[in-house]
Amino acid sequence: MELTGAQILMLMLKSEGVDTIFGYPGGVVLEIYDELSKTDIRHILVRHEQGAVHAADGYARAGGRVGVCLVTSGPGATNTVTGIASAYCDSIPLVVFTGQVPTHLIGNDAFQEVDIVGITRPCTKHNFLVKHTEDLPRIIREAFYIARSGRPGPVLVDLPKDVGSKKIKFEMPGEVKLRSYNPTYNPNIRQLHKVMELVEKAERPMIFAGGGVILSKGSKELTEFAKKTQIPVTTSLMGLGAFPGSDPLWLGMIGMHGTFRANMATGACDLMIAVGVRFDDRVTGKTDTFASQAKIVHIDIDPTSIRKNIPVTIPVVGDCRIALENLSRLADEAKFGDLQKKRKPWLDQIVDWKSMRPLDYQQDRSGPIKPQYVIEKLYELTKGEAIITTEVGQNQMWTAQYYHFERPSRFITSGGLGCMGFGLPAAIGAQVACPGDLVVDVAGDGSIQMNIQEMATAVQHKLPVKIVILNNGYLGMVRQWQELFYGKRYSHTCMSCAPDFVKLAEAYGAVGLRATQPSEVVPVLKEGLFSSETVIMDFRVASEEGVYPMVPAGAPITEMLLV
Amino acid sequence: MKEDKHVLSMLVDNEPGVLSRVAGLFSGRGYNIESLCVAETMDPQISRLTIVTKGNEPIIEQIKKQLNKLINVIKVFEMTGQDYVQLELALIKIYAKPENRAEILRIADIFKCKVVDVGQEYYTIEVTGDEGKLSALLNLLKPIGIKEIARTGIVALFREAK
Repeated sequence: MELTGAQILMLMLKSEGVDTIFGYPGGVVLEIYDELSKTDIRHILVRHEQGAVHAADGYARAGGRVGVCLVTSGPGATNTVTGIASAYCDSIPLVVFTGQVPTHLIGNDAFQEVDIVGITRPCTKHNFLVKHTEDLPRIIREAFYIARSGRPGPVLVDLPKDVGSKKIKFEMPGEVKLRSYNPTYNPNIRQLHKVMELVEKAERPMIFAGGGVILSKGSKELTEFAKKTQIPVTTSLMGLGAFPGSDPLWLGMIGMHGTFRANMATGACDLMIAVGVRFDDRVTGKTDTFASQAKIVHIDIDPTSIRKNIPVTIPVVGDCRIALENLSRLADEAKFGDLQKKRKPWLDQIVDWKSMRPLDYQQDRSGPIKPQYVIEKLYELTKGEAIITTEVGQNQMWTAQYYHFERPSRFITSGGLGCMGFGLPAAIGAQVACPGDLVVDVAGDGSIQMNIQEMATAVQHKLPVKIVILNNGYLGMVRQWQELFYGKRYSHTCMSCAPDFVKLAEAYGAVGLRATQPSEVVPVLKEGLFSSETVIMDFRVASEEGVYPMVPAGAPITEMLLV
Repeated sequence: MKEDKHVLSMLVDNEPGVLSRVAGLFSGRGYNIESLCVAETMDPQISRLTIVTKGNEPIIEQIKKQLNKLINVIKVFEMTGQDYVQLELALIKIYAKPENRAEILRIADIFKCKVVDVGQEYYTIEVTGDEGKLSALLNLLKPIGIKEIARTGIVALFREAK
């Protein structure tokens, strides 16, 4: 069968199970877009290529699949870089197809030429420049395989124009075999036995779970293991939802804006079982004092994560879900004695910490609206069941603290890169993946403006995402640091000129709502959340509210600034 | 912690961009490269890349893991601490005044160097050896006057069991 490269691309996408692409056409991908129009693959036309990648990211996380993007060369390609970097930090499986100038022009500084493979080398799991149409089928297979296997991540495939137009005899490639890439899924069982020995002995154990548990779809196994062994659980930002937020063993999030009890428990525990985490500096604070009384077990599929930042007693390389499943099985045979009695002092201590310093804020009836109050009401009205995306900054941290996620893949945030402008396109992608679910982007007035153009995407594709803007007129998190560490000199963090978000929503053909008083919060949320349209809800909140607790950067995490 | 020199030898796919991935990993993560040497192996699809780097134990462990994580890196061997042979080749261009020429040739002879180019003012000699030999030679030649030097960096292979 003789086919063009573009036709082969479509066939291969179908064979990889792709039914949705986020993209933006341009000169060198015309051939591909022409073929795309002849397929039943759904194409979501974004308004900026960064939006395409974040949307594919949200789609991948909410739907548990590989997200796919298609953009043109040059600026189309460079616009994807931030999105790719964010997906790379958070280990999200994406395949990004970029157009490229024809092979004979590569290196000639041609119109809309950029070395995107060179540019994205450090922020992709792997990338390819396809030089011959003959290589295309195999490379696409490998790209999807690499993106979704092991520790997932974004893969970029650069497609020169002539590779797409050339006709070759097509044969469907077989299974991928890469001699240099074989992720370890099954953990060493002897290591797991050693872990169980530590669990048996531990007086004050805790589990620290991260995004790896969600990516490996191991939340059920985590919950089972924790309950069986009565070990309290904290998570990183990326791990929120891996363990039910309503469970008595739940400690809340760890780290810079973690709960008092999670951070104190970290300082006091004698065993930390870290699963699918990478000990980011926002989690550990000062590394020398992090969990300094504890033996640390680190389970991760990526060996480079282990012993990178924190010394570890027992390393376990493998898939988090499989490891937890095995540990759970081993726990059945473990000798704990009277587990309830054994754990009582430790769990009592945690309850004490919780009652001593719960997450707290004061909402006065007369106003102003407290941002935490908005999130708390959002949580109550959606019963913790909505898919929540966030931007980055205070909006993200308040969501992490006050929206108690019950299930995995419901909290979608740019954790590692901390990318403002992520939330709206990610919500669009999540809504495409889960059309029946309520999808809410919690934003700040600063970050929503970074990719506000995607409102048009949401309206065009009839995606009823809800945007909650916690509008405080500041770049709030940076302002908070200025307040605490720079003598309240608010250097360029006041956004005194912002659009009227209600009118803006209407201009895009969406619905705009506003609340300025505490009494308006619930009615606005009710109206907005239960609308069938795309909605912006503009909450005018207290302008100088801070996120607490807070651990100053580089300090031990047990030394928190409390309100 | 002590920072030691380590010789890492790796087999990589012989493809464009692979060297850039390895070099980019080192620069991006702040590891240092003392020398780097790369060429095709018997299998034209595979190249051998030899890197000499410096770092304490945890850093070297991390470097090895990060290298292994690159899709195009097939296998990484740490030579340091094992039984291996290492060699480096250098071309040295020496200022050869008439009164020094005999001495240069004598030194070259002692170090089993080859004179590969002779001009009116300069001799170029070729030397192979380990680092100790090369630095000893350079120390002797320095007072005479070295104009230029080109070194390959170390290549290394494990010794066979006796």
